[in-house]
Amino acid sequence: MMAIPVTHYLTLGAILFTTGVFGIFLNRKNVIVILMSIELILLAVNINFVAFSASLGDLAGQLFAMFILTVAAGEAAIGLAIVVVYFRNRGSIEVDDINLMRG
Amino acid sequence: MTVELFVFYLLAAVTVASGVMVISARNPVHSVLFLILAFFNSAGLFVLIGAEFLAMILVVVYVGAVAVLFMFVVMMLDINFLRLQEGYMKYLPVGLLVGLILLAELVLVGGTYLAADEPAVTTTALTPQVSNTVAIGNLLYTQYFYPFQTAGLILLVAIIGAITLTLRHRPVRRQDIGMQVNRLRAESVELRKVRSGSGV
Repeated sequence: MMAIPVTHYLTLGAILFTTGVFGIFLNRKNVIVILMSIELILLAVNINFVAFSASLGDLAGQLFAMFILTVAAGEAAIGLAIVVVYFRNRGSIEVDDINLMRG
Repeated sequence: MTVELFVFYLLAAVTVASGVMVISARNPVHSVLFLILAFFNSAGLFVLIGAEFLAMILVVVYVGAVAVLFMFVVMMLDINFLRLQEGYMKYLPVGLLVGLILLAELVLVGGTYLAADEPAVTTTALTPQVSNTVAIGNLLYTQYFYPFQTAGLILLVAIIGAITLTLRHRPVRRQDIGMQVNRLRAESVELRKVRSGSGV
């Protein structure tokens, strides 16, 4: 039923996932870009879910992609709220500065 | 090479390129814009594979809400982004190493999965006679009703959490009529005898 082989989608998902993980390592200081990298990772997971859903003929994959979308939206909202509060308190969003609890 | 395959390659290439630009752009505003581009192209990929409803949801939720939220925060916070770029090269080797290991592992897992050639276990079959949206609705409100409600609960918790985190009461002067009426003359006015020719 699929004109495009599922391997193509899986490869794309793997590349996007790796790009996201790489982005977390590359931008160790900027919390906002780290959050964007997490969004990329979740997007890659969604692509995998939808590809398997189409190749197996099972709609559950698309439903779970929807739930992942929900969690991603909530995560972005909470994460950015934390970033805003942190910037208000410290005047910086560097990850290295977040050591107030270190004792 | 069919038209579909060509469109897939085009969308996938733009998605990957914009994903790389998201993590490597110097300006976070550009990162957000490339993130939007990646989401749009992924929506195109979803349409290509037959998941129209999810593609539209992706555009509405990600581009309409999440990316705008990112843009809002990036532009609202007054951050010295040049300082954040320091140490960019320091983490490059370890990042590349981890990324390559991860990619190799993913390729291995995918390869073994495809080589195993397991029979597809279909519990909820795709129904070709109704549209994708109708099929998702039929499943979502029956078999997946409790996960659906849980998703709503998660969103509610996220709303409350974000509001309680960012809400602050500024010390603004509000009119308090009871206090105004109850003021006494002694505590608000003071009479002083000022001698002429000298200051207070």
